[in-house]
Amino acid sequence: MPKVTVDGQEIEVPAGATVLQACELAGKEIPRFCYHERLSIAGNCRMCLVEVKPGPPKPQASCALPATDGQEIRTDSEMVKKAREGVMEFLLINHPLDCPICDQGGECDLQDQSVAYGRGGSRYHESKRAVTAKNMGPLIKTIMTRCIHCTRCVRFSEEIAGVDEIGALYRGEDMQITTYLEQAAKHEMSANVIDLCPVGALTSRPYAYEARPWELKKTLSIDVSDAIGANIRLDSRGREVLRALPRVNDDVNEEWISDKARYQVDGLTRRRLDKVWVRKDAKLAQASWAEAFDTIAAAKPGASIAAVAGDLLDCETMFAAKALLKASGSDLIESRQTGMDYDCANLAAINFNSTLAGIETADAVLIIGANLRWEAPLVNVRLRKAAKRGAKVFVVGPEWETTYPATFLGADASALGNLPAELTDAFKAAERPAVILGAGGFAAGAHAKALSLAHELGCMKDGWNGFNALHTAAARMGAVMLGFAQKGGIADLVAAKPKVLLALGADEVDFTKFDGSLKVYVGHHGDKGAHAADIILPASAFSEKAGTYVNTEGRVQMADKAVFAPGDAREDWTILRALADALGVTVGFDSFDQLRAAMIAEVPALGEEGLADYGALAASVAGNTSPSGQIPSPIKDFYLTNPIARASVVMQQCSNELLLGDALKEAAE
Amino acid sequence: MAARKIAPDTPELRERWGSWTFNEETKAKADKAIARYPEGRQRSATMPLLDLAQRQVGAETNTQGWLPLPVIEYVAAYLDQPVIRVLEVATFYTMYNLEPVGKYHVQVCGTTPCMLRGSDEIIATCKKRGMTAGHVSDDGLWSFTEVECMGNCATAPMVQINDDNYEDLTAERMDAVLDALAKGEQPKTGTQEPGRHTSEPAGALSSLKEMVEENHDYRGEW
Repeated sequence: MPKVTVDGQEIEVPAGATVLQACELAGKEIPRFCYHERLSIAGNCRMCLVEVKPGPPKPQASCALPATDGQEIRTDSEMVKKAREGVMEFLLINHPLDCPICDQGGECDLQDQSVAYGRGGSRYHESKRAVTAKNMGPLIKTIMTRCIHCTRCVRFSEEIAGVDEIGALYRGEDMQITTYLEQAAKHEMSANVIDLCPVGALTSRPYAYEARPWELKKTLSIDVSDAIGANIRLDSRGREVLRALPRVNDDVNEEWISDKARYQVDGLTRRRLDKVWVRKDAKLAQASWAEAFDTIAAAKPGASIAAVAGDLLDCETMFAAKALLKASGSDLIESRQTGMDYDCANLAAINFNSTLAGIETADAVLIIGANLRWEAPLVNVRLRKAAKRGAKVFVVGPEWETTYPATFLGADASALGNLPAELTDAFKAAERPAVILGAGGFAAGAHAKALSLAHELGCMKDGWNGFNALHTAAARMGAVMLGFAQKGGIADLVAAKPKVLLALGADEVDFTKFDGSLKVYVGHHGDKGAHAADIILPASAFSEKAGTYVNTEGRVQMADKAVFAPGDAREDWTILRALADALGVTVGFDSFDQLRAAMIAEVPALGEEGLADYGALAASVAGNTSPSGQIPSPIKDFYLTNPIARASVVMQQCSNELLLGDALKEAAE
Repeated sequence: MAARKIAPDTPELRERWGSWTFNEETKAKADKAIARYPEGRQRSATMPLLDLAQRQVGAETNTQGWLPLPVIEYVAAYLDQPVIRVLEVATFYTMYNLEPVGKYHVQVCGTTPCMLRGSDEIIATCKKRGMTAGHVSDDGLWSFTEVECMGNCATAPMVQINDDNYEDLTAERMDAVLDALAKGEQPKTGTQEPGRHTSEPAGALSSLKEMVEENHDYRGEW
């Protein structure tokens, strides 16, 4: 480990560290534009210049200089100050002074650093360069005159996303960042370049001119658009969530989020259920809370009540529902809306055991029925890292465009019974082999087979558990931990013919099977569930309530409440608490804190943030061990997978332009 | 630097070049270029392939050749890499023409040494023949670009026409070169100064005199 001296302070830095990292370890701030921890080093902005001895008698770019033993680094000398001022002056030569109308204003690296490290005034009187704006699709707005050519966006699309969409054309003063022929950036993580852009060249199109960062209330939250549980920050003003930004969490989402997580938030204000509705004469009519509760009580459900949990629910809501049903004497609770009935007896057998951070160390991966780019873009990013390190990836299931070399072994589940030697050899040689079972695999009934394969292929080793279930619903793991899983799946609920069916934000259920039941929809969007409901009780979306979420790797995370629900909508648990009174049962909690305490008392793991312990992985689970038949692709449209996204104008636009656009164009030709 | 732009992506362009492929001869050369690099590193051959493509297009259109977008896409597909990466290379290097050029692409150096030695005169000579920057002359013969230093300062002023340099020019010598080219003849390349072979000192040797007779070792004299 090399020892270096930074501004007279001697520190030891890890081998392979750069001078910039050494300075940071010493607590010095080094200004930078092109350098980014998660991208390759470009060294083209020159903002990170420091003085290094021994070496040439000139400032050196610290981001690209390895720290070596005995280096004397100065970040506070006259030379460094002058160098920074000079670089900043050059950068500002062609940068427009349009901060007052720039969306990056207030959170702009260039702005901040020119205040901190720049000269007070400009000496430049010549004409500035102007560059035409480029089309990058419905999400990314470009004002390329502001670009300082750090190439972070180019490196992101090439290295992280794995889709070479963005490039730097021409050279020198004429250099321009663009997509090929100004086509829209189509990758499902493309909008992360907006966060990466240190200036206002790439900004958010849906959020354009909406707000200034200092006007916004920032709330720490958890994304519910997929089962990864990406850590996000909701920026809200008044009652409206204006945008979602990723938070750094190396264990979960690093610092990326998918475009859906980022841009579905405009759906939070559209198609909302903000009034109570009761079906009268086959037509939904507005009603009061009392009327709705009376109607439910009049159905006299007794123990004949069932609850289906939707995909976006927090654990507290599900526990409140469970408590209500328990008090009524029922245990008909289910969360797998589409009818899946995989065995949930062993939680480790339906968990992403390698962990999200761990999967990038895998060296042989078999994906069963998962379109990772659509089901979990963040897992795809991890797997791309693994593939870059040499991991071999095999896929059984429908073909999709991978961002790394992968071998497709056919879309029929029977392929699992007949794996090629290439795969078995790769797994035999692998130190950390892994199996990923996706939504398609679950739907095809390949759960038991996948688990037995994982054992057969040696995915269980000391300190490594290579069996991974990848869910698509943010609520799934929490639901299963709370017991929202019947042996026969939702079919058990159908068979029980409940008098009252509580649909808690459940929009994917086939409600025609519950024809005889009084269907009570407790949710936030006027989607499929609300259409089928007899009674609609308006509830809160994820941004409008505090809640606990468990992601697909069993990580318990808590989100805060960002805004209040619109109109008459209430937090879900309060609705269920009131319903308990209407039904004349006692659930044992009167406040959110009591509810949470009761939930933790029942499932202690939900009280501790971090990975839940599910015990040892079972050797086998109930189910078909030789599945056959076409593996389905459960996600038909990446941008429209949940009620919030379906209500979002931006997601609709993405779906139309990015997914259907090609199909439409072909049809027109 | 001359402002460059990519020829617009029009239906006509797609129709004319959409089905363009390497011919046998180019393909052989291209595969040879790719074979110079280790397997999986075929994208290292981007530059030679773009050059070969441009030459083939030139032969087909009887010009110096240029790179229409479908040709760039073909090269990208040939090397199994994203088009944007190939387009980055093609737009970076000025030797790749992004728009149609004439049979002869006259590139006149206008940087200081050439300018001091009379490049303005050379440019005027070109303009007289109807050459203007960014346009192909009406007869389809000439394209004209004023470029920066091409490293022939010892024999300034100079022009580069397609693959050849013509140096030590005057207005008359330039006219003679252009006349010959227009007639389809190949003028003498390199220096146009009578008695001069390459870029040796125009008068007598002023330095490295011992080198004339033998490969003299100067190191002891430093």
